[in-house]
This record gives sequence, structure tokens and C-alpha cells, in this order.
Amino acid sequence: MTNMNEAAPSFAATAQASASDGTMAAAKMTVRDLNFHYGEFHALKNIAMDIPEKKVTAIIGPSGCGKSTLLRIFNRIYAIYPKLVASGEIVLDGENILDPKYSLNRLRSKVGMVFQKPVPFPMTIFENVAYGIRHHEKLSRADMEIRVEQALRSAALWDEVKDKLKQSALGLSGGQQQRLCIARGIALKPEVLLLDEPTSALDPIATSRIEQLVEELKNDFTIVIVTHNMQQAARCSDLTAFMYMGELIEFDRTEKIFTKPNKKQTEDYITGRFG
Amino acid sequence: MATSHIYARRRLKNIIAMVLSVLATGVGLLFLAWILWETLSQGISALKPQLFTRITAYREEGGLANAMVGSLILNSLGILIATPIGVMAGTWLSEYSLRSRLGPVIRFLNDILLSAPSIVLGLFAYTIIVLPMKWATNGDITFSGFAGGIALALIALPVIVRTTDEMLRLVPSTLREAALSLGVPQWKLTVQILIRSARSGIVTGVLLALARISGETAPLLFTAFGNNFMTFNPLDKMPSLPQVIYEYTKDPSPDINTLAWAGAFVLTMFVLLLSLTARFAFSRSKVSND
Repeated sequence: MTNMNEAAPSFAATAQASASDGTMAAAKMTVRDLNFHYGEFHALKNIAMDIPEKKVTAIIGPSGCGKSTLLRIFNRIYAIYPKLVASGEIVLDGENILDPKYSLNRLRSKVGMVFQKPVPFPMTIFENVAYGIRHHEKLSRADMEIRVEQALRSAALWDEVKDKLKQSALGLSGGQQQRLCIARGIALKPEVLLLDEPTSALDPIATSRIEQLVEELKNDFTIVIVTHNMQQAARCSDLTAFMYMGELIEFDRTEKIFTKPNKKQTEDYITGRFG
Repeated sequence: MATSHIYARRRLKNIIAMVLSVLATGVGLLFLAWILWETLSQGISALKPQLFTRITAYREEGGLANAMVGSLILNSLGILIATPIGVMAGTWLSEYSLRSRLGPVIRFLNDILLSAPSIVLGLFAYTIIVLPMKWATNGDITFSGFAGGIALALIALPVIVRTTDEMLRLVPSTLREAALSLGVPQWKLTVQILIRSARSGIVTGVLLALARISGETAPLLFTAFGNNFMTFNPLDKMPSLPQVIYEYTKDPSPDINTLAWAGAFVLTMFVLLLSLTARFAFSRSKVSND
């Protein structure tokens, strides 16, 4: 159902996508011929891109362009809803994750995700982070404490919560909750971290903390961030993909996209002429 | 100024709407107070300790102890049977019926059951429990508390299914996505996160179902039947408050009528307190994640 690769062999990407510059790291994820349908609606058209390892890749574009949809295919979270169909290939470490045989369990331990609105689970701060780990690994109590602390430290939240780990996570501020969600994601030690407009519900101070955090996290993770905010993409990404109406228009080094884009549409969007 | 004219008219409309709303609320509350006052004033002379300690067999000299105990057992049976089935069915509707055509059909049938006349459900319990038991035991067991509990469970069930379904659907889908994106399987997500988030709403639904069934008379008339003695055996005929009130209001003796009023007052207070508990104790956070 999902893999229609054989049926549709045409390779007609509008923007073939390794960044023009030769200094790019090896591709962590390779997207080829990706098409996505919401029932009748053709939401993504022949997407092809190489997402480099341990870099921050930003996806920008106007509302409804398909950027969140694309991100939600990378961990197949779209599959929980009926009538959504992805076809094509997304190769992660040599294996096609869209293959129905690729275990969701394994995929989601390798590809973590943080959402637009902070969604802490209705449990303590400690349990929020430990919850996912417990499903994938059996750890002793002491090891678990170390692991939770590491995750909270990496998410720059430890100092604020170390004295109230037993309290409900619902009492944290929005920015803290979002960092808790990041901690929860990285606690599983994923290889890729997907961020879906992670700061759009946060104030400027919380936003800048998350952006700093993204900068630090790219030492360990391959990060893909969807954002409405062009300055954010410019500030914290290494590569930027511009999408419009379900197509990948241009994908290049961020600096190039924001200073000398190849396509007119990209330039129009960047300079605020539409979108 | 023209604008102040617009504001004055708006203010006037606001006042009219406000007065009408307050009046409507007042009328509703007036009848509630009236009912409480009427039951209290008519039954006050019977509101003494023996109401709670003596059984109906003593007639005028007795109380309603056996009816209260019977009601307690019948309601507990009804809730104990309906809650697990209702919560599981509601969970299925909300979490698992997404890809199934059966979901909307079951939701619709549940709504029909919700509005089914309780006497019909009582007749149903009579046909599927009372009669077969009578045949199976050669008439030793006919009417029973067990049959009454089943009839009450049939009334409570659709209420619990509906509230569980609705409370779970209030949990934002981002919470589901967040848990699933950690690789957590659907059943763990459902039990450990979703039901936990919607717990207070589900408990409220169960309490409201309890309030609903504790006032039911019709389905008990030909299932639990009634009994003038104290019984704890669910296979026995069992009395209940609404059924005794019903019998006592038809009695020619004024003292017995007064006992019925006192019973009505106790029952009304019980349902009122239950509803208030459901509203206050559990509505603090209906769904803790939104």
C-alpha cells in the first residue's frame, strides 16, 4: 500500500537536491520520489532531498505548502490516521523506512519528534522522560536516574527542574514544557530529531533558548526543523529547503538560500513578496 | 454622539438578556427548592433514627433500612457490571474505531439505548434473566437482586460509554502523536496516558450514571420485585428505595405515606450530593492536557 516505487518509476524531482557546495557531510536520510496523498489531495509531489548527518536542515514555506506533512512522514506518524498514503523512498542508513516491513518501533527509536505545542504527559517530570526509555530498554533505577538527568541536561532544563522531578510536568511553563518534550525525545538517543515548529507557541525568550539548544544538539543529532519563521531558519540552520504547494522548490545551504537563491519563487518568498 | 446611542442600545439589550437568563435560572432553582422543601416538610415527622435502622416489615412502626441496603446493593451491582464494559466500549469507540465502519453504527445504537424507556429495559431483563432462572430452578429463584442489577446496568451502560468516548476524544491528538512518536504501542498509550488524562471525566460519567440509576423504579418492579425484609443475597427478591416509595405512596395509611416522603427526601439528597460530588470534586481538571 505504501510503497509504490515500482509502479511509479519516473524520477521527476523539481529540485534535485544535494546542496551545490561540496563540503556537505554524508546524507543521513535520502528522500527519493516521495509522493503523499490525503485522500484525493496530492499533498507532496516528487520530493527528493538528501538530509546531511549532524546538521540542522530547516524546511520553510507558506502555510499549507506541505512542510509539516513532509516532516511527519520521516517517522511515519502520519500513518495513525486513515486515508493518508505515502509512496516513494526514504532511505535511513541504507534502509527504506517507508517499507511496511520496517518496524515502527525501531523507526521511532531512531527518529524522535517534537511538536508545535508542548505536550507533556500527565505524569511527573521524571516519568515524562523515563516513560519512553522504559519502553525500549530495561534499566536499573540508578541507570534510569542517570539517563534522565543526562537528557534533561542536554535539553538545558536540568537546573530548573532538578529539585522538583517528582512534581507534575503540567505545572511547568510553556518553554520548560517544550524543553521537557525535547528531553523526552533525546532520552531515547535517536539519530534524527524532527522539530515541527517547536517555538511557535513560545515567547521570544523561550524561543531563543530552544534555538541555542538546537545549535548544541546538532553535535549529536541530525536535526530537521520546520518553521514559519524565516529568521529562525536563517539563524539556526545549515541548510534550508523551500517548499511551495507540495513541491520542493529549492534546497541549498542556508546562507545561499537567504542571499542568492537560484529560483525566483524562493527569492519572492524570502523577501516577503508572497506567503 | 451616534456611537453612544449604539452603546446605550447594546446595554439595554444586554440588560434584557441578563434579566431573562436570571429569571430562567430562578425558575429552575425554584422547582428544585420546592421539591426539596415539599419532601422535607411532608416527611420530616418520619425522619428519625428508626428510618435508617428498622425494616419495612414493621410498617408504620418501621423504617426503610432494608430498602436503603437493597438500593445500595442494586446500584453497586449495576455500576460494577456497567463500568468495565462501558469504559472499554467507550475506549474502543474513541481510540480504535477510526478505521472501522462499525464505530458510527455503535455510537448511534448506544444513543438509542441511552434514550430507551427504562421500563423496556426492565422487561428485557425480566425476559432474559428472571424467566430463564425461574425455569432453570423450578421456580426457586424468580425475581432477584441480580436481575435488578442487570436492568440497572443496562441503563448505566450507555451513559458510561458515551462519557468515556467523549472524554477521550477531548484529549488532544497531539498527545497521542507525542506518545506514538516515542515508539510506545497503542495499548500502552491508551491505558497509561489517555485514560489517565481523561480519568476525572470518566469518573464523573460513572457518578452521573449512578445518580441516574439510583432513582429508577420501573425496571426494578419486575426484576428485583421488592422484599419487606433485610436481605443481602442477590439471588433473593430485593427491595429498593424508589420501589418502596412507589408502594408506600399508594398505601391508604397516612403514616406510611409520610415514610414515603421521608424516603423521597433521602433519595433526592443522595442524588443531589452525588451530582454535586461529580461536578466539584472531579471537574477541577476535566482533561488535564489542553
